[in-house]
Amino acid sequence: MKAKPEDSSSNRRWLVATVVVSGVAVFAVAALLINIAERKQEAKNPFYRVVELNETISDPAVWGKNFPMQYDLYLRTVDMERTKYGGSEAEPHSPTKADPRSVVARSKLEEDARLKTMWAGYAFSKDYRERRGHAYMLEDQTFTERQQFNPPGACLNCHASMVATYNQLGNGDMFKGFEAVNHMKYTEARQYAKHPVACIDCHDPQSMQLRVTRPAFISGIRALKASQGIPDYDVSKRATRQEMRSFVCGQCHVTYYFAGPTKQLTFPWTGGLHVEDIIAHEDQSKVTEWQHPDTGAGMIKARHPEFEMWNQGVHARSGVACADCHMPYTRMGSLKISDHQINSPLLKINRSCQTCHHFSEEELKARAEDIQDRYFALRNVALDALMDLIHDIQASKNKATPEQLAVARDSHRRGQFMIDFIGSENSMGFHAPQESMRILGSAINICRTGQIVLHGGPAPSKSLIGKNASASK
Amino acid sequence: MKSYLYSRLAAAALLGAFVGLGSYAFLYAKGYSYLLNDPAACANCHAMRGQYDAWLKSSHRTAATCNDCHTPHNFAGKYAVKALDGFLHSFYFTSGWYPDNIQITRLSLHVTENACRHCHSSITQAIDVNVPHRNARGMTCTRCHYTVGHSDESAWLLVIPTSSFRSHL
Repeated sequence: MKAKPEDSSSNRRWLVATVVVSGVAVFAVAALLINIAERKQEAKNPFYRVVELNETISDPAVWGKNFPMQYDLYLRTVDMERTKYGGSEAEPHSPTKADPRSVVARSKLEEDARLKTMWAGYAFSKDYRERRGHAYMLEDQTFTERQQFNPPGACLNCHASMVATYNQLGNGDMFKGFEAVNHMKYTEARQYAKHPVACIDCHDPQSMQLRVTRPAFISGIRALKASQGIPDYDVSKRATRQEMRSFVCGQCHVTYYFAGPTKQLTFPWTGGLHVEDIIAHEDQSKVTEWQHPDTGAGMIKARHPEFEMWNQGVHARSGVACADCHMPYTRMGSLKISDHQINSPLLKINRSCQTCHHFSEEELKARAEDIQDRYFALRNVALDALMDLIHDIQASKNKATPEQLAVARDSHRRGQFMIDFIGSENSMGFHAPQESMRILGSAINICRTGQIVLHGGPAPSKSLIGKNASASK
Repeated sequence: MKSYLYSRLAAAALLGAFVGLGSYAFLYAKGYSYLLNDPAACANCHAMRGQYDAWLKSSHRTAATCNDCHTPHNFAGKYAVKALDGFLHSFYFTSGWYPDNIQITRLSLHVTENACRHCHSSITQAIDVNVPHRNARGMTCTRCHYTVGHSDESAWLLVIPTSSFRSHL
């Protein structure tokens, strides 16, 4: 029997179709099989101890040998990606001898000239930029133009890995090492700093458990707890794991000042974490960081109080830690690890927000940006009020009575601190939306009242500073 | 004639390879467990470990298994959904094209809604008579009762520690 020509061509078609279909099918099954095998293998051994770690090893690359996935994510903090309001964005910079960086972040001063007036006479009016990822913290601090103001070694507490240095300089006593670095010159202390904040600063090298390593936080939270009636609070012993997932961040993302000639890095928490409590602390401790050249007021500077503001918001009330949103669990094969590429949750909405909030990513982003838009609008009103007050004081220096000037300067000190407090807070109002608006409203009132007094109006009937301003009776 | 035979042989060999490799994958990946009712099978591939852990602590763990809520309550529907989900899971887990916090599909939501109504019919029928609710668009049981199956909240994983850190209290 001989196959007819049309039969053989139909056979050929069938053959080709079979080869293609079963080829694709075998390919897919093989891919599935290999994938399953990999997942099974990963689940068997989630961790290999390649090196022995101890308190003297600061280099994150060494820790990364034991924890390659976490280290890989940590390295990705070099990424520069912005959100609507925050985040960093790479801007080209011509390297100079003093500043060899070829990329920097946007200058906030160039964006809003009111900030220059606000910080006139102080280092921040010279150079103030968007934050970049953790990877840049040491480099950006080393080369900022604020270095012209000869900062103390205390600055390194939060811009470098300091555990080994504190232990070395204090002969095993972190507090002594910390005090030694505080009053060094920055350039002198800088020689000890080898890495930006690294694994050792948040993790115990033996157990990998989270831990607090910064003396300023240990003292600060002890004072705070004492004010709440809890004496001798030892954060290392008494904090829960979930608290630690915020406390490690709270070691640096807080406001602070350098106390006295020893330049002791101090968290002003003896009265609480509200902005009014912090102003009261700095008033009592007679802190004045600089004199404003336009108004003559003695000023205090607020610095990135993310921890304090988070604590006033509904997420903190619900037990949600910094790490829940900024380091959400991420899937790595069959393992789940916390995302060590610390950045804005708006860049990872599925993993951070959608763990709890069952709405689409677009909806959640819109909600967050709504909060930020409203905050930004009122923040601009508040900055305008502050500018008006500064100009009024400047114009009436020779006309106003000393009493009037004293009230106006006091308004300047407090009003500006409050605006600065939430302005330098890194969430555009999101961490505690209502508290942010309350502070702005209060700051506007303080600034405008200062103006009224200068113009011969009545002194305020009530204390302008008070977080629980009572309804009038 | 000869080439015709060879080509049939080649096709048969390929098919055989598919069947052989497929069978091995089926056994190696405990494929048979997916035909049964044990919820542990759903955590085989690690992707739904969290859901399984939370279900173990949920209110429904004594009343309903994964299949009771996520497959239809009839034989043909049950295995049709299992086959479809099995294919889709294999595809997405192999390719990695799925979000870390997994999201339910429309079909699956529909199946789950019917499952709620199957067991709780006396309650849901009473609600359905209530015209405003019946007409509410997008109203599903899990819109409000999303914690009953396997959420962090149902598992009380979000217990706020008594020593919770609140300065203003």
